[in-house]
Amino acid sequence: MNLTLRVWRQKSPEDKGRMVTYRVEDVSPDMSFLEMLDVLNERLILEGDDPVAFDHDCREGICGMCGMVINGVAHGEQVATTTCQLHMRHFEDNAVITIEPWRAAPFPVVKDLVVDRSAFDRIIQAGGFVSVPAGSAPDAHSLPVKKVDADAAFDAATCIGCGACVAACPNGSASLFTAAKITHLSLLPQGQPERDSRARAMVEQMDAEGFGGCTNTGECTAVCPKGIPLDTIAQMNRDYLKASK
Amino acid sequence: MRYTEGEPIRDTKAPEGPIEDRWEKRKFGAKLVNPANKRKLNVIVIGTGLAGGSAAATLGELGYNVTSFCYQDSPRRAHSIAAQGGINAAKNYRGDGDSIYRLFYDTVKGGDFRARESNVYRLAQVSVNIIDQAVAQGVPFAREYGGLLDTRSFGGAQVSRTFYARGQTGQQLLLGAYQALERQIAAGTVKMHTRHEMLDLIVADGRARGVIVRDMVTGEIERHLADAVVLASGGYGNVFFLSTNAKGCNTTAIWRAHRRGAMFANPCYTQIHPTCIPVSGEYQSKLTLMSESLRNDGRVWVPVKGGDDRPVSQIPEDERDYYLERIYPAFGNLVPRDIASRAAKNVCDEGRGVGPGGLGVYLDFADAIKRLGRDAVEKKYGNLFEMYERITGEDPYTQPMRIYPAVHYTMGGLWVDYDLQSTIPGLFVIGEANFSDHGANRLGASALMQGLADGYFVLPTTIGDYLANGPYGEVDEEAVAEAEVAVREKINRLLSNNGTRTADSYHRELGKLMWEYCGMERTEESLRKALERIPELREEFWKNVKVSGEADELNQALERAGRVADFFDLAELMCIDALHRTESCGGHFRAESQDADGEALRDDEHFAYVAAWEYGEQGPVLHKEDLDYEYVKMSQRSYK
Ligand SMILES: Cc1cc2nc3c(=O)[nH]c(=O)nc-3n(C[C@H](O)[C@H](O)[C@H](O)COP(=O)(O)OP(=O)(O)OC[C@H]3O[C@@H](n4cnc5c(N)ncnc54)[C@H](O)[C@@H]3O)c2cc1C
Ligand code: SF4
Ligand code: FES
Repeated sequence: MNLTLRVWRQKSPEDKGRMVTYRVEDVSPDMSFLEMLDVLNERLILEGDDPVAFDHDCREGICGMCGMVINGVAHGEQVATTTCQLHMRHFEDNAVITIEPWRAAPFPVVKDLVVDRSAFDRIIQAGGFVSVPAGSAPDAHSLPVKKVDADAAFDAATCIGCGACVAACPNGSASLFTAAKITHLSLLPQGQPERDSRARAMVEQMDAEGFGGCTNTGECTAVCPKGIPLDTIAQMNRDYLKASK
Repeated sequence: MRYTEGEPIRDTKAPEGPIEDRWEKRKFGAKLVNPANKRKLNVIVIGTGLAGGSAAATLGELGYNVTSFCYQDSPRRAHSIAAQGGINAAKNYRGDGDSIYRLFYDTVKGGDFRARESNVYRLAQVSVNIIDQAVAQGVPFAREYGGLLDTRSFGGAQVSRTFYARGQTGQQLLLGAYQALERQIAAGTVKMHTRHEMLDLIVADGRARGVIVRDMVTGEIERHLADAVVLASGGYGNVFFLSTNAKGCNTTAIWRAHRRGAMFANPCYTQIHPTCIPVSGEYQSKLTLMSESLRNDGRVWVPVKGGDDRPVSQIPEDERDYYLERIYPAFGNLVPRDIASRAAKNVCDEGRGVGPGGLGVYLDFADAIKRLGRDAVEKKYGNLFEMYERITGEDPYTQPMRIYPAVHYTMGGLWVDYDLQSTIPGLFVIGEANFSDHGANRLGASALMQGLADGYFVLPTTIGDYLANGPYGEVDEEAVAEAEVAVREKINRLLSNNGTRTADSYHRELGKLMWEYCGMERTEESLRKALERIPELREEFWKNVKVSGEADELNQALERAGRVADFFDLAELMCIDALHRTESCGGHFRAESQDADGEALRDDEHFAYVAAWEYGEQGPVLHKEDLDYEYVKMSQRSYK
């Protein structure tokens, strides 16, 4: 298939950035979206142009590193799919595809499609952990966890920290990401001692980073590649309210 | 051949005496650092995977001053995150006869008697603590209805000792380590530098004293000094271009350290994983692994007749060859990886492979779906089935998956002693980056175990013994400047080359060559061919590679070119190592060395050693470390 790409090019954080149009030919439907960009980049390098910078690593939908807005949708229109797992068979021949970076004030553009998501790490630093020094843990069977709780905690824990939820949210809220972590730990007995301080600290850090508030528009779950549900946000709000009393 | 042989090498750190007591003895014998002094001691950790993340977190918690680096934008994204199947531990929660001794035994045997007994025993001992640690951190392992941890059996093991978190065990374990790390970052004991790539090791007065890194955003070349350096930079499977590794996985950190004097052990030991999604086209950038746990319920087969291209539904039962069950009745579909991989290659070589190009075999769940119901299969393997469908566009519930072996894990790496210290004092190497405890073949679910054992439990103890003699004082400025200049020169050379081919295109060509000549099956002839071609191709690369952009900006083309350059050098050493080892063992099959049934034939009399290579301007120098087996009697592995 042959495609026309409109790609956001921005040399540096200071640069204003603009859309540039490229034509790519002989794209196989079995290629992933990133492989299609690889093909474009190989050509750009040989022409002495700057290849399009984008983040990626695992290319199996698990590291959370890739991410771009494709035709206006974070990670593209395919449901529950990261950009690296999106395949070209979902596009029409001769389609025009618009590709932009995540756009949110707390995720400044570094170059082209690469953004800085370190705000997420700082939210985790605020309390997204259980304080347990290595070597002092009790036998794992000393603390049974109901299967339903373990499964629910797991569902929340599958968040890959990609930031699509933020990019999709009209308010630029990081609620889904933060809620996923809070929910994961608050469903487990291990997470209880720090449950209140964690919820407070993580929510406050999220605000301090400049993420917007949540108004329940649900755009986040619609694009989330891991299907993190909106209930986690309700859980976060409950935990936060209880902790702030 | 183009290498020379030097003095034998020996591990002097493992204590003598009964194997059960050695680790306790070593811990007791290791010097301690006074808590007030720990703050004054600086440690650099390269890599934030399971090994590096857990090590940095633990060292920070102990009170050392830690500086940590990774090339991704967050430590949570290290390649460990992709591990699917699970992690072994000798908990014997099932009461099915498992024990530390049995895990030790299975691992030594599975490693084809090319791993050290003392190390493997310690690994089995510590495995038990890893599960406790992870559970305490809130890692949501699979549980039974009674609330206790669930386990499953995994390739090559007859007991159920593998702990798992759906098909995302690596992710959950890594998040545990990452969270512990972020906690230390917040506490100020660890300084984290993301998007930084280590490009050289600083060795001064014979000791590892720091690193040269490149800030991948600004391009700035930085020097960081310390009392000890820990490399946890993962494996080098990407030398093959196509592998199950993340795209950024590289050899740069350990290769640069090798050039500075750290010996490289068993470089040719590559593990080929039997259950990956087959290659579909030239543009392909990586291969995706389907967890080996699939072999618990999936049955592997090919048509009995060659060239049978009927759709699956039209091939009757008696015209299917369930070859693993046929050849290895005791283990069936659960034979270890090297056996399963080679068997797949053999049936494809016979012309019985399925799918495009005949490079694939079926992994069929029809029986499991009949027996357990679609729901149960979906619960167990749902995410893997989904992944398969996404990539291939085929529905594995209604037609069998197609799988083929792919490069997965490298058992070779920098040589380390029992303390995990390399041949450069002050340079420690952990996780997949070291030559590890696996021997010539790694059993499933043991890499995660080793990474976390090294990072949480072993290194934090043994590095103290080295640091107790520190701080090591001022670092010789000349050594730092020299390393920095070397890094800059290489970057300039790559950028000023106005050639006609991209680094990726060279990498692809090198990868094909390695797969063909130094892959699953090697011969003297194929290796000699590779050794002729690699230097030519490397020369061409340096003359003709084109890298666009500048040094002082985010430049992914430059990053890639630098890594490919190191892969060339490593590839050559891998072939030399493979050529000198004229036996078959583990994942390394020398066609000249097989028994009457076509099974791998080890040569214990001549090769029961670790091959540790020293870098030399005149070619590599081989140092042999003899391996003794006091507890597990060397025997031919047989899964029949
Ligand atoms: C798809 C897949 C599935 C797997 N499944 C299993 C399984 O089920 N069970 C099992 O036991 N094992 C499994 N493995 C193997 C296992 O995941 C790895 O061997 C293990 O995670 C390696 O951990 P590590 O910490 O040594 O390295 P990695 O996790 O690879 O981490 C390397 C780190 O080093 C950094 N780094 C590398 N080079 C540089 C540099 N030059 N400068 C700065 N930083 C650098 C990276 O940023 C990263 O942080 C699997 C592997 C794959 C690919
Ligand atoms: S909640 Fe979903 S969209 Fe948001 S970071 Fe996590 S995985 Fe990505
Ligand atoms: S590259 Fe890892 S999730 Fe896409």
